[in-house]
Amino acid sequence: MTFANFINIGERTNVTGSARFRKLIEAGDYPEALRIARAQIEAGAQIIDVNMDEGLLDSTKAMTTFMKLIASEPDIARAPIMIDSSKWEVIEAGLKCVQGKAIVNSISLKEGEAIFLEQAKAVRRYGAAAVIMAFDEQGQADSVERKFDICARAFRLLTTKARFPAEDIIFDPNIFAVATGIEEHNDYAQAFFEAVRLIKHHLPVARTSGGVSNVSFAFRGNEPVRRAMHSVFLYHAIRAGLDMGIVNAGDLPVYDEIDPELRQLAEDVILNRDPGATERLVAAAPKFKGQKPADKAEDHVWRGLPVADRLAYALVHGLNEFVVADTEEVRLLARSPLDVIEGPLMAGMNKVGDLFGAGKMFLPQVVKSARVMKQAVAHLIPFIEAEKEKSGLAQSSRGKIVLATVKGDVHDIGKNIVGVVLQCNGYDIIDLGVMVPGERILEAAREHGADMIGLSGLITPSLDEMAQFAAAMTRAGLDLPLLIGGATTSRTHTAVRIEPAYSAGPVIHVNDASRAVGVVGALMNPAEREGFWQAAKTELADARAAYARGRETRTRLPLAEARKRRFVPDWQRHPPVIPARPGVHAIAPWPLADLVPCIDWTPFFSSWDLAGAYPAILTDDVVGPAARTLFDDAGVMLAKMIAEGQIEARAVFGFWPAAAEGDDIVVFADDTRRTGIGRFHTLRQQIDKAGPAYALADFVAPLASGIADHVGGFCVTAGIGEDARSSALIAANDDYGAILGKALCDRLAEALAERLHQRVRREFWGHAPDEALSPSDLIAGKYQGIRPAPGYPAQPDHTEKATLFRLLDAEARIGVQLTESFAMHPAASVSGLYLAHPESIYFGVGRIGRDQVTDYAQRKAWPPATAEQWLRPILAYEPE
Amino acid sequence: MTEGIAERLAAIAASRILILDGGFGTELQRLGLGEADYRNADLAGHEAPLKGNHDILALTRPDVLRNLHDSYFAAGADFASTNTFSATAIAQAEYGLAGSAPRIALEAARIARESADEWSRKTPAQPRFVAGSIGPLNKTLSLSPDVNDPAFRAVDFDDVYTAYAEQIRALADGGADVLLLETVFDTLNAKAAIKAALDLFEGPLDPMPLWISGTITDRSGRTLSGQTVEAFWHSIRHAEPFAVGLNCALGADLMRPFIVELAQIADTLVSAYPNAGLPNSMGEYDEGPGETCAHLASWAREGLVNILGGCCGTTPHHIAHIAKAAAQIAPREIPRKPAALRLSGLEPFTSLAAL
Repeated sequence: MTFANFINIGERTNVTGSARFRKLIEAGDYPEALRIARAQIEAGAQIIDVNMDEGLLDSTKAMTTFMKLIASEPDIARAPIMIDSSKWEVIEAGLKCVQGKAIVNSISLKEGEAIFLEQAKAVRRYGAAAVIMAFDEQGQADSVERKFDICARAFRLLTTKARFPAEDIIFDPNIFAVATGIEEHNDYAQAFFEAVRLIKHHLPVARTSGGVSNVSFAFRGNEPVRRAMHSVFLYHAIRAGLDMGIVNAGDLPVYDEIDPELRQLAEDVILNRDPGATERLVAAAPKFKGQKPADKAEDHVWRGLPVADRLAYALVHGLNEFVVADTEEVRLLARSPLDVIEGPLMAGMNKVGDLFGAGKMFLPQVVKSARVMKQAVAHLIPFIEAEKEKSGLAQSSRGKIVLATVKGDVHDIGKNIVGVVLQCNGYDIIDLGVMVPGERILEAAREHGADMIGLSGLITPSLDEMAQFAAAMTRAGLDLPLLIGGATTSRTHTAVRIEPAYSAGPVIHVNDASRAVGVVGALMNPAEREGFWQAAKTELADARAAYARGRETRTRLPLAEARKRRFVPDWQRHPPVIPARPGVHAIAPWPLADLVPCIDWTPFFSSWDLAGAYPAILTDDVVGPAARTLFDDAGVMLAKMIAEGQIEARAVFGFWPAAAEGDDIVVFADDTRRTGIGRFHTLRQQIDKAGPAYALADFVAPLASGIADHVGGFCVTAGIGEDARSSALIAANDDYGAILGKALCDRLAEALAERLHQRVRREFWGHAPDEALSPSDLIAGKYQGIRPAPGYPAQPDHTEKATLFRLLDAEARIGVQLTESFAMHPAASVSGLYLAHPESIYFGVGRIGRDQVTDYAQRKAWPPATAEQWLRPILAYEPE
Repeated sequence: MTEGIAERLAAIAASRILILDGGFGTELQRLGLGEADYRNADLAGHEAPLKGNHDILALTRPDVLRNLHDSYFAAGADFASTNTFSATAIAQAEYGLAGSAPRIALEAARIARESADEWSRKTPAQPRFVAGSIGPLNKTLSLSPDVNDPAFRAVDFDDVYTAYAEQIRALADGGADVLLLETVFDTLNAKAAIKAALDLFEGPLDPMPLWISGTITDRSGRTLSGQTVEAFWHSIRHAEPFAVGLNCALGADLMRPFIVELAQIADTLVSAYPNAGLPNSMGEYDEGPGETCAHLASWAREGLVNILGGCCGTTPHHIAHIAKAAAQIAPREIPRKPAALRLSGLEPFTSLAAL
């Protein structure tokens, strides 16, 4: 599955927008035309727009031929198609050739409601989504009001009279050219943004799209200015809520990296800041024509070094400001562009590798170095390709590794770090992203001739996915090494579940990124591989034996006995407090600045393999300097996130009348406690120890007690906008920035969970109104009541999130979704229950017996096998 | 009336796993019918050989079809699928019988209807239904039969659309309750059939529940036309089928991962009717009823399916085993899926509504 916030639609297979494509189609050179389609996909287009509207062409025939040819090219046909024409018969001809679900671009009200509805129904019956242009009987809409009114009217008609699903409606509120010299045109971009905002607000399920290149039409022939305008336009359009755009995928500069002067000029025009904006851009435009981003005139001592040394310096210090210019300078001197990589760049990276190996550099610095390397290589690739075409030589690589976060899981910080570290050690990384089905991983491995596969996952259901994938590798007859990593993975799980499913190749548990280079190097070296594999096998066999020994001694209390040992709170001493604000509430957005003091920085450093507690880590003798730099970079980025509002934090929480019923917590519609609206299932400890055998239900008063109790629930996220942000950074080869951003969002989400809980205790529930704890006490959990999260030790079953999300309506209210494995998307999200009794504690359920699994399955109305599947990590026995 | 069908099916499907019948072609082959069985007075002088054109039996040996439907109903099937897999003008053209296709489809549906009505009378607690079988055609819209000309197609969308429209009308006239687009290996062919059905439902026909069953041809998990299971689902979801599933090509063991996937993504009923294993070197299917049933029952216990049955090589014995086992097991719950823009090429593309 491809997850995308902003969707790039390739614009180059359009005869009206690309003279090159038009000439190819006119000449009947379809093979070359297909190459353009393929290049767009390779450049990152997720959908390709095909338009054959040209007066002299037989558009219907050209559309039909091109669609049929695409169908025979799997690398192109894998993506959805946008069938683009202003003529219905051409659209229909295209629809008759695509087996996938396409998008029609476009239909509109221009010829009245009857024709519009007829076409919409046909689009639906052909099985496509549709772009609706803001165009009616009066013409194309240019004002905000008309744009929105037409879209709203079309939405009403489509959903009530054509049974067209709202989620398949995409509005195009018309992007027109600005800076044309006609004053009325100056506000066109702003009108588009505003219309998008209104559509997203009032018709939230519908999508928005537009042809971005139109906006810069006045600057035809001046590509640097056009690109800058597109980038600035998109920056604001996406913030207004634009879901997708028809763009030249792969040719958009990152907003931050546009020449600041040009950016300012373009922004003044796009945002119509003042009447002189157009004139200023027109006057300045010629000087940007054909110009590459200018060097800053800062005077750095190291700039005086010979160019090869400057590259090495930039690599070691992670400085990317001059890398393209320096690389170009070396390239002009070198015999071949490959020599630049194999010479000065590799020399610099080797130095980085040595320093890293010697413990003098740390992961964040290495990732920053890798950014510099990637940007240098990216600059050289076109030259290498050109040379390859001439000589027919293939490029050598140290090995190809396919990396993926498994299906159902969205966590990828660790995987990204491993990818970058391996990349800068000369390996080709094929990173398939997150939520990747096993089948796609196998396919990619086959397609690229991979040398090994690395899987990552953070939540417990991912463990099962990994075991299933290992079995699939066996079925596929592969013998590649399989690397396993991610926070919940363990040597024991790898030994017990994964390796037995796949014995044709090495299975290696790589528990931290710093180990990855050594492991991959050993596996790629024919002299070392066999010995390394044998050693790994022995290690896993030992882990299996230890696990088996552990099980034998692991007797469980019978469930009935454990229930007798339930914990009974002192309800007399601490009678339940009635929540001050019952019901469900959302706070969105939650100001990011409010969260900064609550950030727990220690896990932030450990996500970068920097061990030590904050703040002492900043002055640590060994990792101190690396930690300080990372902390400074984080501070800058955090300030930017707060200032620019690209990232949004949101919270939803609720309190409901509740009562324990056995080991379940029943949630009621109202205080009569008659109508249940949900049921949380909890699990009980079965370890034979002194003291109570806890279950979360123990902390809630049973119905029979006559005590009126409540529970709460929450879901918070600090990841809204994070995908778009990190994709843009990765597209600019800035993995460091992308990973840093993700790690910060994770921290902000945790901080929000902490901050919200504090306000819940003091205000919203109010069970501890007088609490006054410092941020460090908060982080240490020195407060009354708990907020246990499904999937964590006190309730290891992730599926309980479904009930929580339903009660909170979390998806609709704050945009957090559950994957099929019940991971939260965006990944930077936290959810859980609120239990207020002062004697509530965090505990670990530990391993449970078959009797409890059977009982739990009955309570959840699951077949026992399903319960075993979801509870696998905590089973005290071996399921059949 | 037809709206009643959709509701009745939904009500039954909520309480138990429904059972489709088993293989037809392989059962008919077992009977050892001769060329004479495939002819009647009208066809006596027909030039092309007709043996193997199983669909024509609706006109020449209706008793054979009736018996087979009866055996499957006796085994516990809820659905009879009509013997009309190739009853389209395009497929029958191979036998020179393009013009007879509608009559074949109509008669075959009538035979199944009569059998179903009789069994519904016999067992009022278990009403029986007729699924009008719509096969994939022997010509495909997404693949070129000419390696030197990838833009060439042996048929075009409008031909396929017309052939299916004709078949759908005949099946409806013959009394089919639902339309079963089965063994879909080229999704574009299926989309032409869906378009034909939806257009007819807007006009002359009352809407009928649609049931769409794709075919994954090998372990790669793709249809012959190259789509993954999820991409296939996105391509046909607009039909709002009452059930979606997989059948044919694979035995149950190899079909499993794809049913698991479909069960996760489809917000409608899920059906599965695999072959009785893979054919042996003689082209015969030799997986026994117990074995097929063991696979299917385990899927049912895992909550993966709502409708079970058999395809090539399965017999009334297989269906009896499956029906008995399935009666003990609760059907899959239909998951609710968030609203999302779900597109596809050969692969799925999903963009969840960002709120």
